[in-house]
Amino acid sequence: MTRISSLLSAGVVCTAALMVVVCWDGTSPRDNQRRERDAVAQSISTEPSAAPAQASSETERKSKAPSEPGRHAVVVRRPAGPPLIELAATDPQGRSGQVACSTCHSVRRPNLANRTSDSLDEFHQGLTFNHGTLACYACHNPEQSDALRLADGSAVEYRDVMTLCSQCHAAQATAFRHGAHGGMNGHWDLSRGPQTKNNCIDCHDPHEPSYPKMIVGFKPRDRFLKDETKHDDHE
Amino acid sequence: MTTTNDPPAKGQDGRDRSLPVIANPSRRTAVKGAFATLGAAAFVAAVSPLRQAAQRSSAAEFMQSHYKRLTDEEKRQVIERLEAEAKENHGVEVEIADDRPIPGTKFVYAINLSVCNGNGKCVEACHKENNHDRSTGQSYIRVLEMPKGTMDMEQGNTTYSGVVPKDDKFYLPVQCQQCDEPPCVDVCPVKATWKEEDGIVVVDYNWCIGCRYCEAACPYHARRFNWKQAEIPAEEINPDQSYLSNRIRPVGVVEKCTYCLHRTRRGKLPACLEACPTGARVFGNILDPDSNIRWILENKRVYILKEELGTKPAFFYYFD
Repeated sequence: MTRISSLLSAGVVCTAALMVVVCWDGTSPRDNQRRERDAVAQSISTEPSAAPAQASSETERKSKAPSEPGRHAVVVRRPAGPPLIELAATDPQGRSGQVACSTCHSVRRPNLANRTSDSLDEFHQGLTFNHGTLACYACHNPEQSDALRLADGSAVEYRDVMTLCSQCHAAQATAFRHGAHGGMNGHWDLSRGPQTKNNCIDCHDPHEPSYPKMIVGFKPRDRFLKDETKHDDHE
Repeated sequence: MTTTNDPPAKGQDGRDRSLPVIANPSRRTAVKGAFATLGAAAFVAAVSPLRQAAQRSSAAEFMQSHYKRLTDEEKRQVIERLEAEAKENHGVEVEIADDRPIPGTKFVYAINLSVCNGNGKCVEACHKENNHDRSTGQSYIRVLEMPKGTMDMEQGNTTYSGVVPKDDKFYLPVQCQQCDEPPCVDVCPVKATWKEEDGIVVVDYNWCIGCRYCEAACPYHARRFNWKQAEIPAEEINPDQSYLSNRIRPVGVVEKCTYCLHRTRRGKLPACLEACPTGARVFGNILDPDSNIRWILENKRVYILKEELGTKPAFFYYFD
């Protein structure tokens, strides 16, 4: 009789322990995820020029992060906002200034026909442009200089630049959504941690989008190399 | 010193023979002595590697069993010993884990050859992540510069340098293909290398005898032999290690790419993928129908190296 009662009480204890484990398992990853998001949001507010990341609605849909508990988000990096030009000069108080596009362009008449950087001066001096035969105002917005312009004429924020790119580069956008285009960091297993993906303009300069040439740096001293000293890695 | 084997010519004089002669030995004795000395020296020279080996390895290491036969307690002791050795030999605190496959995963790699530009950042990342010898610049990845129009990796060249990509070339990174029919595993005479449940072909560096059969058997030239003990500055050693992966290997054993199992079995992406500036590399679990890798296999033009050999690689090359 005592044995049965002790078995019974052991069963009760086990069930309670199981419930605790289940509860803990269900909540903690979500908390982690929230913490990750907060961290990302903080990093955005503290260093706007570093163009850090935040989950876009598109990515959240893809990774099903919010709907599935315990799944971490795929975070796509985004530009911090509209570009700002740092002024080299400082005022008498030693402050340097930043100039937004709208500082000048809100009072200038846009040249909708311009397709080349040759005629640009002032802040656009030295800009190289090699992106098909696009006009400046195919992507820049003549009405709102601190925003971009979609093909249908509606404005789109600089932060959502990928929406703009994807209008023409749909194949790349599709591949990107499936991880087949663009670099990433973090976790392949979203149940164990988040993943950060580059956005279009991390790798492609919008004005000159072909990927730049690189210099080969590190080289193993491979023992199969023919034109080096033979057996160079033998002792 | 007297002598049954003196030549008969000298044996005629009985009184001479009774004297304790130390000088003037016979020629035969001298030759015998010389050969005996030579023989002894040769024996000492022949066994000297054994003496050195005895100095290098502890009794515990010598008696260590095959990885698959170790009990959990024995594994713990082995790992403790290896961590202590790392501390003693390299002056660095390392953490050697025993990462086991995640149930329900089969790791697969894919590389976008339309994007890879041969810059070699993956090679460098592998070199650092996996604690390779610094002087030889060892790495599990070779990037081949290939003439356009062929996928025959034997025509590739690893010695290219300067500005990449070159117009008439494409670039083919080759590392262990984690074959489903791995010839390297078949030829190992001591079963020191095997394929795990998540598809990764691993080596027990403490069981490997260094015969290099596997290196010869691999059609992708993916295995590397430790010709010398890896020398790495203490501050550059990656302390995040695993027994079957990037722990500092002993000299005279074969090693290979493990898809960074000390990272990937903890859910992280491999080091070469994170280092790739072009985003050419894709890694994932082929058993997950929503994975990146599945989408690529279903939607892209995919190629495998040396398909005709029937090795069934878990490594795919694709084009945009």
